[in-house]
Amino acid sequence: MADTILVVVEQREGKLNRASWETITAGQAIAAATGWTLEAAVVGSGVASIAGEVAGKKVAKVYDVESPKAEPYTPDAFAAGLKQFLSSKQPKLVLMPHTYQVRDFVPKLATAMGRSVISDCIGFKNEGGKLVFTRQMFQGKFAADVSFTSDAPWFVTFQNGAFRGDKAEAGASAAPVETVNVDIADGVVRNKPQEVFKEAKQAVDLTQAEIIVAVGRGIKEQKNIDIAKQLADALGGDLAASRPICDSGWLPMDRQIGSSGQTVAPKLYLALGISGAIQHIVGMKGSRAIIAVNKDSEAPIFEIADFAVVGNLFEIVPPLIEEVKKAKS
Amino acid sequence: MKILVCMKQVPQKDAPLKLNESGTWIREDVSYEVNEPDAYALEEALRQREKHKGEVVVITSGPARAQQVLREALAKGADRAIHLEDDKFVGLDAFNTAKAFAAAIKEEQFDLIFTGLQSDDYGYAQTGVILAELLGWPHATIIMQIEKTDTGIRVKRELEAGYFQFVDMPTPAVLTIQSGINKLRYATLIGIKQAKNKPLKKVSLADVQSAVGENMQKIEKLYIPQKTKKTEHIDGSPAEIAKKLVDKMRNELRVM
Repeated sequence: MADTILVVVEQREGKLNRASWETITAGQAIAAATGWTLEAAVVGSGVASIAGEVAGKKVAKVYDVESPKAEPYTPDAFAAGLKQFLSSKQPKLVLMPHTYQVRDFVPKLATAMGRSVISDCIGFKNEGGKLVFTRQMFQGKFAADVSFTSDAPWFVTFQNGAFRGDKAEAGASAAPVETVNVDIADGVVRNKPQEVFKEAKQAVDLTQAEIIVAVGRGIKEQKNIDIAKQLADALGGDLAASRPICDSGWLPMDRQIGSSGQTVAPKLYLALGISGAIQHIVGMKGSRAIIAVNKDSEAPIFEIADFAVVGNLFEIVPPLIEEVKKAKS
Repeated sequence: MKILVCMKQVPQKDAPLKLNESGTWIREDVSYEVNEPDAYALEEALRQREKHKGEVVVITSGPARAQQVLREALAKGADRAIHLEDDKFVGLDAFNTAKAFAAAIKEEQFDLIFTGLQSDDYGYAQTGVILAELLGWPHATIIMQIEKTDTGIRVKRELEAGYFQFVDMPTPAVLTIQSGINKLRYATLIGIKQAKNKPLKKVSLADVQSAVGENMQKIEKLYIPQKTKKTEHIDGSPAEIAKKLVDKMRNELRVM
């Protein structure tokens, strides 16, 4: 029997997380490179419609892994349910998106099976039959090719945006869907999650902004944020920040860009003193153009910048504000 | 409440990193600091102890240099420290690091174990969750608030895109702590002085060797990432740079 790649798509409260399509694309690419069979699975309670949605893609089969205990999501239920399913299926490779939900349960699942996860990968290579997975290290300053030295199933999670969800190939006809009921014993689920909510003060929607001026640690002090604000005002754009700035309370949390904040794709993203940690990059790399100003020429932000200014933002921003005002008047 | 905080020493954020000769790791002659989310984990543990009494113990693994992280934690108020000291700990995967920690604390009885949500070097975001599974404890990740309840704890989990969720859970439990959960304190002079007399237990690799197995994954190669995007450098005096940028914004990007 051919080896199998299994993509576990993500659902929360009955809705498919779009990042799952990226993982399907990754699975299709690995299947093409290895000749392995690609299958998919969804875990939940009454999620057959999601399995049906995934079955429209080019996959050999979709499993609807069901348990009444899998709703609402808990790491205990998902790890127990998937362990049961995977132990009987024995896929070679299990792929998932590197979302907060997956991060919450996949290390537990792999450990329960005595296996290992290569997490937050951005690509893969087939090196003469050996699969290696590329991931960022040291906050994106380096990349590493990592291989498994243990038995399958191998668990891999892919970073948001590493593959393109819209490139997931549709199948010629709908793939068969098989319902698998897993038995999660009473007492397995220990956590009691409450309703998901958004903080009331989250009022700023940066996803529609055409121009964003974002500040990072390089701004040094709270009072310096004013020059970024002036630049944003001059450009008619919005002010945003990387996580440490919001953690420090220098700007409200709803101006945070990145995995824990908003994901944006403006026409122009002007990054001031932002080094470009992965958690920030995932929230803005879809911007149409990126201008980065940073004193550290090796800052990872320059890897994705269209225009790079290596220099002191406090020297560069004031004349920039003047030039913008001049050009606009 | 008796709380263990797992901490890690990582290269300083703006330290210039160089590859070693075999291209499998960085050269270790750089400046180090505490992994940022771990500093928040420690702060949260200290705050919980201030509210509910108890003890805060810090643990790290790594070479002699990693002791600095523990010394700083003791100076900030941790009660005692455990150092799994060996160069080889640096190369352990998350599974084996968690195994080593579990072995080192098997005589202890903690109510809570905190880790930072991920490390700034590997960035696996796994060790805390693995440790919970090895201990058979429940866990919750990316935590922004912790309250004691009659039956255990209520934590606030951060979800993506500005969403949150409260979770009630029993203790003992493992929590991975998000940066920004609190405001960090500085060590006081008295704290630094007192830290010198606080217990710091050393655990050798041999002590936990029986728990640690072969790594289940291997870094084949570490390298500077290939650029996928063409980047144009804008040089000159600040005034020239400003002019050039406005020209780009107006004529190439058409955002003005």
